[in-house]
Amino acid sequence: MTAELAIDVSGLTKIYGGRAVVEGIDLQVPRGKIYGFVGANGSGKTTTIRMLCGLIKPDRGGGTCLGHDLLTESATIKAHLGYMTQKFSYWDDLSIRENLAFVADIFGLDRAKERVDTALERLGLTARAEQLVGTLSGGWRQRLALSAATLHEPEMLLLDEPTSGVDPKSRLEFWDEIHHLAADGITVLVSTHYMDETARCHEIIFMSEGHIITSGTAANVVAHAGLMTWAVTGGDLVALMEKLKPLSGVDTVAAFGDNLHVSGTDGAALENAIAPYKAEKIHQWREIPPTMEDVFIHYMAKTKGDG
Amino acid sequence: MAGLFPALRRMRAIMVKEFTQLRRDKTTFAMIILIPVIQLLLFGYAINTDPKHLPTALLVRDHSVFSRSIVSALEESDYFKIIGSVRSRAQGELLLRQDAVQFVVTIPEHFGRDLVRGHRPELLIEADATDPVAIGSALEAVQGAAAGALGHDLTGPLAHLRATPSPVDVRVHRLYNPEGFTRYNIVPGLIAVILTMTGVMMTALAMTRERERGTMETLLAMPVHPLEVMAGKILPYVLIGYIQSFFIIFVAELLFNVPVLGSLWLLSASLVAFIACNLALGFTLSASAENQTQAIQMSIMVILPAILLSGFLFPFRGMPEWAQIVGSALPTTYFIRIARGILLKGNGLVEIWPNLWPLFVFMVVITLVSMKRYRRTLD
Ligand SMILES: Nc1ncnc2c1ncn2[C@@H]1O[C@H](COP(=O)(O)OP(=O)(O)OP(=O)(O)O)[C@@H](O)[C@H]1O
Ligand SMILES: [Mg+2]
Repeated sequence: MTAELAIDVSGLTKIYGGRAVVEGIDLQVPRGKIYGFVGANGSGKTTTIRMLCGLIKPDRGGGTCLGHDLLTESATIKAHLGYMTQKFSYWDDLSIRENLAFVADIFGLDRAKERVDTALERLGLTARAEQLVGTLSGGWRQRLALSAATLHEPEMLLLDEPTSGVDPKSRLEFWDEIHHLAADGITVLVSTHYMDETARCHEIIFMSEGHIITSGTAANVVAHAGLMTWAVTGGDLVALMEKLKPLSGVDTVAAFGDNLHVSGTDGAALENAIAPYKAEKIHQWREIPPTMEDVFIHYMAKTKGDG
Repeated sequence: MAGLFPALRRMRAIMVKEFTQLRRDKTTFAMIILIPVIQLLLFGYAINTDPKHLPTALLVRDHSVFSRSIVSALEESDYFKIIGSVRSRAQGELLLRQDAVQFVVTIPEHFGRDLVRGHRPELLIEADATDPVAIGSALEAVQGAAAGALGHDLTGPLAHLRATPSPVDVRVHRLYNPEGFTRYNIVPGLIAVILTMTGVMMTALAMTRERERGTMETLLAMPVHPLEVMAGKILPYVLIGYIQSFFIIFVAELLFNVPVLGSLWLLSASLVAFIACNLALGFTLSASAENQTQAIQMSIMVILPAILLSGFLFPFRGMPEWAQIVGSALPTTYFIRIARGILLKGNGLVEIWPNLWPLFVFMVVITLVSMKRYRRTLD
C-alpha cells in the first residue's frame, strides 16, 4: 500500500532456448495509472507480463511489484493482482457462476456469494449465470474474464490483449470500465494491438524484439519518433506506393483505405524524394501529423531493417 | 464460510470444481463405471468356464483291483478322458509337452500292496498348468474320486483304512505354472489393476487438461499452493477409487461368489495408501506431459507393467528374476498381495504388513517427487 510505484523493476530478462526473448526491461509504473504495452507479435509483451505476475522467473533482473519482491514474494503479489491471460483461460465446462465462485474461494473472499451476485449483475449475466462458459461469445468471455480478474479487488491489473476479437462498441465499454477501475486507484498494465487504444492509456510502452524502444504519453511517443508524414489521395495509389517504396528518404509507405501515408524521419530527404510525384499533380498531397499507427509501422520497419 | 481455514477452502474449491467437471465429462464418467464392469465380466466369465473331459494319459505300474477302481473313478468323474497309456515318465512328459494331454496320472508300483498295509501310497498327477484355469476343477475332483472309488473296495478287515486321512496320498504336480490361478485370484487383482488404470490415467489427464486448455495459467496466477492443488485434484479420485473397489467386490460376490474372508476395514485402510500412490504417480506424469495425448501414452507405460508384471496375469513367482525385480518396484504388486491376502485368506494386519509398508514408502516417495515436479511457474 505504501509503495509509490506499483511496478518497479529493472533489467528483467528472459531466455528461452539460449535466446533472450525479453532483455533488460526497466519499468516504473505509478499507482492508479493505465500503462499500455504495444509491440509486434513476438516482441515479448506476454513474457514480460508473465514475469511481472510471477508466472515465470526472470533469468536476470528483478524488482518489486506492489512493494513486494518479484523473486521471493510472488505468493503475496499474486493475492493482490488480477491477471487476464491473452488466451481466454477460465473453465469452459463450468458455468459462469461456478467460475466466479471458484475464484472467490481461491482468493478466500468473504461474502463470496454476494460478490459473485454483484459481479453477475454488473456483467448483466444474472439470467445466464448457469450457462456454461464454453458457450459464451468472444465478447462475453472477455467481460467475464475481466470480472473474474477483478473479483478480489486487486491493486493491480495485468491485462494481456483483453480486447482482441471484441467488437468496437464492446471495446469502448471495456475501456470505460478500465478507466473506472483506475479512478479507484487500481494500476492497469494492458497490452494491445489496437493503436487507437493507446490514446486511452496514460502512458505507453513500446516493445520490439524483447526491448523497450520508447515510452511515454501517446503524444510524446509520436513526437519522439520525429516522423514527418504526408497523406496522398487520388489516382492509382497502388502503383504510386510501389514507386515510392524504394526511394531514399521514404521510410515507410502504408495504405489506409483511400489514402496513402508516406513517412520518413529526415524531412528534407523525404520532400526531395516525393517532389517529382507532387509535381505530376495526379495526386493530392497533404502534410499531416503522424498517427500512432504510422509510428508503429515506422518502428517495425526499422527493426526489420536492423535485423 | 468465513470461519473456514483458507487453505481448506481453496482445496475444497478445487475439489468441487473437479467433481463438477467430471460430472459433465460423460466419457470419463462412463470410463470410471464401465472399465470395472467390463473387466470383471470379461475376466470373471472367461475364468468361470469349467472344462471337462480333459485328455489324460495313464502310467499304470500296479495291476491290483484298487488301480482299476481308481482309473474307472477318474473316467466317471467327467473331468478326465483317458486317451491311452504310456510306458514311462519320459513318454508321459513328452505328451504333456506336445499338448496331447492335460494330465498324466501315475499309479506307482506296489500301489495295491501299500494301500492294504496302510502306507498311504502316492497317486501322482502331473498337470499342464500353463492354463491353470483349465485344470482347477479337475484336480479338485481327483481327491474325492479316489477316496470314493476305494471306499467300495476297502471293506471287511480293510474298512479301517477308509478313515481319514485319505488312504491315498494324491500328489499334484502343476507343471510350468507353480502358483495356479483360480477365479478368486482374479478379483483382488482386478481391484488393483483397475485402480492403477483409472487412477494414474485420470490424474494425469486432469492436470494436463489444465495445461492444454491454458487454464493452468489462470490457476498459477492465483494464490494457491501446489499441495492444495494436488490435494484438491486427487481427493475426488480417491473417492472414485473407493467406489470402484467396493463395486468390484460387490459384483464379484454377487456373480462369482468370491469370498470376503478378511476385514473390509483393513482393506479400506490399505486402499488409501494404494490409491494415493497411483494418483501421485499420475500427477508426476502430468508434470512431464505437454498435452493429453502424451499423458495417456505415459500412463500406458505405467499401466502395462502393472498388469503384466505385478502377479495379476502371471504368477509372480513364475516370472524370470528381472521381471520380478521390475514387478517389485510397482505399488500394484504389493497391493495385489494385500488384497488377495485379506479377501481370500482372511489375513490381518500382521500378515499384510510385509506388503503394506512398501506401499507407504511408495506413497511418501512418489508424493514428494510429484510435488517437486509440479511446476509452480510456466517455465
Ligand atoms: N515457453 C516458451 N518457450 C520458448 N519460446 C517462447 C516461450 N514463450 C514465448 N517464447 C518466445 O518469446 C518471444 C516473445 O513471445 P511473447 O509471447 O512474449 O510475445 P508477445 O509480444 O506477447 O506476442 P503477441 O503479440 O503475438 O502476443 C516469441 O518469439 C516466442 O516465440
Ligand atoms: Mg502476447
